[in-house]
Amino acid sequence: MDSTSTRRRPLSPFLTVYRWQYTMALSILHRVTGCALSVGLLLFVYWLVAAATGSAAYETAQSFFAHPLLRILLVGFSFAFFYHLLNGVRHLTWDTGHGMERKSARLSGWIVFLGAIACTALFWFLVLRGHGGGAA
Amino acid sequence: MSLRSPIGRVTGLGTAKEGVGHWWSQRVTSVALLLLGLWFVASLLRMPNFGHELVTTWIAMPLNAVLLLLLIGTLVYHSQLGVQVVVEDYVHHHGLKIATMLLLTFTHVVVAALAIFAVLRIAFGGGA
Repeated sequence: MDSTSTRRRPLSPFLTVYRWQYTMALSILHRVTGCALSVGLLLFVYWLVAAATGSAAYETAQSFFAHPLLRILLVGFSFAFFYHLLNGVRHLTWDTGHGMERKSARLSGWIVFLGAIACTALFWFLVLRGHGGGAA
Repeated sequence: MSLRSPIGRVTGLGTAKEGVGHWWSQRVTSVALLLLGLWFVASLLRMPNFGHELVTTWIAMPLNAVLLLLLIGTLVYHSQLGVQVVVEDYVHHHGLKIATMLLLTFTHVVVAALAIFAVLRIAFGGGA
């Protein structure tokens, strides 16, 4: 007898069978930014532990975070934060059953993506203006 | 007609009775993180500088310390739930899947413990 648990059953369609649409890219970006933020969590914890260890360790952390490469990374993490947050709200809205029609889903996609860029730009503009430690 | 698979009938296993637990926890933590995350970003922007003394004084304030602890707990839990879905989707080898999840779970617990201890140490003024 052909057991239903051993027979090759049809799989649900995967990425490769769909025509590329930017809403797919936005969906994947939610997952990518989520994973990135999980890695960013390590930097956040390093900052806290350095602060708890003492002023010498904290100074080491500060010069570590001041490195140009880290600065670029921090800009990336801040974008990931704002994108994941805004798109998370988009997902929560879908969970209530609203906004899933093609037109509104595409519109909210654009709002979320451009909103995340705007938030990131505003955040770093304020930091450079002297909020949140200025350029230090 | 039974919709159960033969293996399911033989082992007599029902549902794990967990149902939407994972999915629901992800939503609840996301709503909490929306509030806590915005609070943290606003707090960062309100600091005049990120010097050691100012940062530790800020963390040591009761409301800030408690909200930071809540942020850490929620963040780590949400992160763990998220990476679990990613591993389940992309790691197909059973042994490798378990090993990856073990490693990620341990990392998350260590991260949470370190962060919580750091905040408590600053809050209670233990040498920092």
